[in-house]
Amino acid sequence: MRTYVFVLIQAVIAAALYLLLRFFGNDYMFFAGYTVLQFIILATAWNILGGYCGYVNFGSAGFFAIGAYTSVFLYTIGQSPEDVFPSSILPAMQAIFPLPVPVIIVIAGIMAGLVGLGTGYLTLRLRGVFFAIATLALAVVLQTLIVNWSFVGGSRGAYVIPPNTVPVIGPYIQYLFILMLLLTIIALTTARLIERSRLGVGFATIRDDELAAEACGVPTLKLKLVATVISGALMGMAGAPFPFYIGYTEPGSVFDLGYAVNTIAMPLIGGTTSWGGPLIGAVLLGTLQQVATVTISSAVNLLIVGLLLVGFVIVAPNGIIGLWQTWFGRRSKP
Amino acid sequence: MEFSLLMNAIIAGLLLGGFYAAVTAGISISFGMLDVVNIAHPAFIILGSYVAYIVNARYGIDPIVVGIIALPLFYLLGAAVYQIFYLSFEKRGQDSLRGLAFFFGLLFVTEVFLVLVFGVDYRSVDASYIGSSLHIGSLEFPYRMLVPCIISLIMFAGLQIFLGRTFIGRAVMAVSQDPLALRLMAVDPTRIKRVAFGISIATASLAGAFLIIIQPVIPSVGRDYIGRIFAICVLGGLGSLPGTLIAALLLGVIESITSTFYGPSWAPAVSFGILLLTLAVRPSGLLGR
Repeated sequence: MRTYVFVLIQAVIAAALYLLLRFFGNDYMFFAGYTVLQFIILATAWNILGGYCGYVNFGSAGFFAIGAYTSVFLYTIGQSPEDVFPSSILPAMQAIFPLPVPVIIVIAGIMAGLVGLGTGYLTLRLRGVFFAIATLALAVVLQTLIVNWSFVGGSRGAYVIPPNTVPVIGPYIQYLFILMLLLTIIALTTARLIERSRLGVGFATIRDDELAAEACGVPTLKLKLVATVISGALMGMAGAPFPFYIGYTEPGSVFDLGYAVNTIAMPLIGGTTSWGGPLIGAVLLGTLQQVATVTISSAVNLLIVGLLLVGFVIVAPNGIIGLWQTWFGRRSKP
Repeated sequence: MEFSLLMNAIIAGLLLGGFYAAVTAGISISFGMLDVVNIAHPAFIILGSYVAYIVNARYGIDPIVVGIIALPLFYLLGAAVYQIFYLSFEKRGQDSLRGLAFFFGLLFVTEVFLVLVFGVDYRSVDASYIGSSLHIGSLEFPYRMLVPCIISLIMFAGLQIFLGRTFIGRAVMAVSQDPLALRLMAVDPTRIKRVAFGISIATASLAGAFLIIIQPVIPSVGRDYIGRIFAICVLGGLGSLPGTLIAALLLGVIESITSTFYGPSWAPAVSFGILLLTLAVRPSGLLGR
């Protein structure tokens, strides 16, 4: 399948989904759908580094939070540019701010990508484990920084109040939902492109045997950094619309460990070797959690995710896709 | 005044460091020596805190005594976890990514489980020495810090003697250096690793008791310790207990000075800074091989 066909199919599915929810659903469906889409993007992004390269990132919440807080930061500036900028450039800045959400998303992606680059550069030269530990600690430190940074609300949190409606589309949540659909298409297409390119082959060599790859002349550090930057940037982009979605952003909710667990659990449950795995995992777990949060409780649904994660890595190392391939004849790739 | 503030910050840091040493001892064994990246270690520590809390609240037994009584239980728990880890990941030769995910899941499941059972209220213990302090001149030694620190140092010395002098201990050191050679000596590396992992989790029982003496505990507090214990472990040099002790004291002092002069909300960033710096400048740590 050519890439443009793939994008076209996704666009058709996305449009169908939107129209279906618009005419047969209600606003809650858009709120729930937003969360599932957010998880698809996060899981796909995680899988670019985790599934293709074999490097575990525990700091998804950190990258997500960089996106969210870039948003809060830019929104806060946009509320009163005259407090921030000197009078010489004020007219120009007043023309630019407040920034539209898509621009904020791009900036958030760049910020998160840069943080990924920095962390990766310091730790990816060592064994993979050190990178994993560094990302785990990264989330804690970013949280410390945000808590101490009063401009974006500190530990009190910050309000980001979106307008009620958007021209043409209508309710603001639908606008955010469409943005998330676009981001999802971008994430899935990126993942699929990587899989089928030289880059993806390079990533796979790193995952299978890094030493041998290095010996064959694969520039492993460079490839790992590319993967970290792409993965981090996508996570940041997924986080950028979040303050507009939730309305009130505080460090505790953005740095929730639940993001890290979900982001890891979804690809591992779906299957890590192709773009379809994270998608399946995210749709299944995301929907399951939406249902469980409403019907049981949010703590129990996190327990379910944790148990599923532990269960799957023990029993079905190649996830649902792996199970499918063993049950229905086709041998899974070695 | 400034000087005595600094001295008190340093002393508080050293006492804190002694406690950090106990917290990190287990990771130093499992990650440093066995190459099992047990990121769920803080969860076992919190579990230890809650065991101390339950028994203390029910029967009024001193938390440290509870910690010592619970040692064998935690040892068995550790051995069981290692057995699952070995059968599911190490034996199949795919322990890196999925093994990490396994321990991460374990960390998370334990935390959520504790939240479901105990809620998110802060829990603390009662003991006669909590709340009073030993004064020497203008220096202050709070007993709630001093007692854990001293017992932690005793535990550390015990571990060092065990690893250096006994057969099993030396086998643990050997398995960290060359498992194949150990197999040739007719020692089963898996059994040795199981014992060592059991010991590493057993230390969490005491460390957990110390933790709940030093501060009130909620289930999510374990997360703050992940960065800390790995920073200490890496800074000290993988697999080196003396290095771990030095690094723990160092981190304790730096954190204490940071929180005295810049405010406690900055303290968590210290460990990460040290971790990144160590990885960038000297990945083998202070006393690493």
